[in-house]
Amino acid sequence: MIAEIGLAVLWMAAALAVLQLVAGVLALKPRGANLIDVVRPVAVMQGVLVLIAFACLVSLFLTTDLSVKLVAENSHSAKPFIFKLAGTWGNHEGSMLLWVTIMAVAGGIVALIEKRLREDTLIATLAGQAFVSLGFYAFLLLSSNPFERLPEPAPEGAGLNPLLQDVGLAFHPPTLYVGYVGLSIAFSFAIGALVTRDVGPAFARAMRPWVLGAWIFLTLGITAGSYWAYYTLGWGGWWFWDPVENASLMPWLAATALLHSASVLASRNALRAWTVMLGVIAFSMSMVGTFLVRSGILTSVHAFAVDPERGSFILALLAIYIGGALTLFGVRASTVTEGSRFSFVSREAALVFNNVMLCGILGIVLVGTLYPLLTEAMGVKVSVGPPYFNPVSAIFAIPMLLVLAVGPLLRWRQDRLNRITMPVAIAAVLAAAVLLGVEVLAPQIKVLPLLGLAVAVGVAYASFLPLRGRNLHRTPLPIWGMVIAHFGIAVALFGMASESAFSTERLAAMNPGDSQQVGPYTLTLKNIAPVAGPNWTALEATVAASYAGGEPAILHPQARTFSNPPGNRTESALKTRWNGQLYAVLGEEGEDGRWQMRFWWKPFVPLIWLGGLLVALGGLLALLGRVASDIRRLVATDKIAYRRQRQGR
Amino acid sequence: MIRLLFALLALTLTVPATAQDMLPPAPYAYRQLPDSAQEAKAQALMETLRCLKCQSQSIADSDAPMAGDMRHQVRTRIAAGEEPEHIRQWLIERYGDYVSYTPQVKPITWPLFAAPLVFLALAALLLRGRFRRRAETPVEGSGE
Repeated sequence: MIAEIGLAVLWMAAALAVLQLVAGVLALKPRGANLIDVVRPVAVMQGVLVLIAFACLVSLFLTTDLSVKLVAENSHSAKPFIFKLAGTWGNHEGSMLLWVTIMAVAGGIVALIEKRLREDTLIATLAGQAFVSLGFYAFLLLSSNPFERLPEPAPEGAGLNPLLQDVGLAFHPPTLYVGYVGLSIAFSFAIGALVTRDVGPAFARAMRPWVLGAWIFLTLGITAGSYWAYYTLGWGGWWFWDPVENASLMPWLAATALLHSASVLASRNALRAWTVMLGVIAFSMSMVGTFLVRSGILTSVHAFAVDPERGSFILALLAIYIGGALTLFGVRASTVTEGSRFSFVSREAALVFNNVMLCGILGIVLVGTLYPLLTEAMGVKVSVGPPYFNPVSAIFAIPMLLVLAVGPLLRWRQDRLNRITMPVAIAAVLAAAVLLGVEVLAPQIKVLPLLGLAVAVGVAYASFLPLRGRNLHRTPLPIWGMVIAHFGIAVALFGMASESAFSTERLAAMNPGDSQQVGPYTLTLKNIAPVAGPNWTALEATVAASYAGGEPAILHPQARTFSNPPGNRTESALKTRWNGQLYAVLGEEGEDGRWQMRFWWKPFVPLIWLGGLLVALGGLLALLGRVASDIRRLVATDKIAYRRQRQGR
Repeated sequence: MIRLLFALLALTLTVPATAQDMLPPAPYAYRQLPDSAQEAKAQALMETLRCLKCQSQSIADSDAPMAGDMRHQVRTRIAAGEEPEHIRQWLIERYGDYVSYTPQVKPITWPLFAAPLVFLALAALLLRGRFRRRAETPVEGSGE
């Protein structure tokens, strides 16, 4: 019954999306003005209905209703609660329903709370949002119905991929989806503003919180995904330039550029066309990412659907939305003037430079990700990996980071460089000192990590400079947000460079009682014993890890074996210190009865994810600051309106 | 000698030819070279070779038996004094370009290497266009 309700509600929501689109388009015509009041309530109702459909699917998974095909194929009655819940979106159909749900709920929220934008622009935005949603409704209802029943209920479910049975990963896809879908709202705002020729500060202010929100979630999603790969894959790698990782990085790069450009538009009324263009690019990257991950074009744990029909469907949607948006942009671009002017030395100019550099990195990642697919289609398989991505993206990233250190110190519109010579010189001296110091102490170091360390220290110092001469209690939250986010970038960069330059590795075959050395740690294998969890069994090693001869800490790396479905996974054990992380893995038993152990000492590696969290925190502070001032303004205008009303009486 | 023959025979009988995965890993799959400079060289090379049985992992990051065999190959060849790029070429001859994460410069990959140059040129054009227009129309109210 629940499955049927879910499906019915989903169809009704799709019908409302049609209504939202049609009413929205007609309302923009002079004769359809009476339809204008329909659009907002319909958008809200659509969000509510989809939310009900999603709740139905969640309840089917929680009760493990095996008469539903999707549940039978992806869940299992013996799974822990949290993975039954995560199983809802740990598959193709469920994840697409989640996508539509977030999209419709976000559209409903825009309809409910957005009051600053011109009414016709908002209606056009909601119509655009309905248009985008409709494609995904069609996709869900026509080719990936999540509520399909089996003719006979299955005796037991097939279970969830063991690699995915991890708490961190359970919330990784929804986090990224919120990010992707937030960018769809930005896209709809851009379309709305283009349609009504209303590209200006009001549009940027309405769009900015959505971009910020999306960007925060993307940052968290990427950070969490990277940490997940680090501790589950069992070899200490944290970024592989895997197409699926790139699929999440590309929208982040575009959203970063969009965020900065929208800020310029909101406060300076400049970069109008550029902001609209980035809005289109950012959502395109979300779609490209979804296409790469969902189409099964890459075979990995992420690609649940090895089904060309679905791939073509998403590709068609991609072509319609992006092609349509670019055509609209082409038609209207001449009517969008660039807005206020600024000089070569100004904060706007620094932001433009960094936007262009971000787009350069984005281009490199896009080409590096898609090119192997292209050559494979031509019959030649090539690989593009870290040896390509690292140096080539650094060509753009290093100048960008240098400008990042200087840009926030510049004034809007026009400035003189000699005004900020002193603080910039100090940052430069710091960076140069690190460069020389590391080069002398560790002459083996490669160029990129060396530059990374130096730039990270310089940027970390410079990121706090915008606070100079400010009363810290009265500094607006968005400024704090910027400072912390920029500092987070420096922190993450330092972690990356340090990991790549100074990691030490020890592979060893050990008997219980044997000791090994890695970095400052002495490790003693105490014993190996079997342990059992809810749906797995494991061999667990007990390892005493002593830092520089101190009191040993006990670590328990495991090699887990899952039963439903069968699979293996290493559970590495980590010991975090302020100056780095010890990483221990239990491998297999050798011929001679000794155990394969793998140890790494990775100086400052946790800074990578700490930096990611700081960046997200910076975004959150900026968002809070923006939302708080929006609320204050709303309250103030309401008060004024109220007083006028009373005086009128 | 006869014992060895028997042992070999037993091996071929008990282990089906396809079950290569069942064989114990080659010695240097999970062991480092004693010389740390050589090991560093091997490690750097292994990080740029693709594990052919995995999704987007280098042979330095993989539990797959084939990756273990390749690590063994790389380490023994490095220990024998072979140059890393020579080993890469040998692996490419065996497994194709796909095995190397460092794209080889060939006509088919030219666009890949042209991409950064194209993007740099585009970026320069874009920035130049913006700032030249600025110069022609000075910011109003500028005191300089």
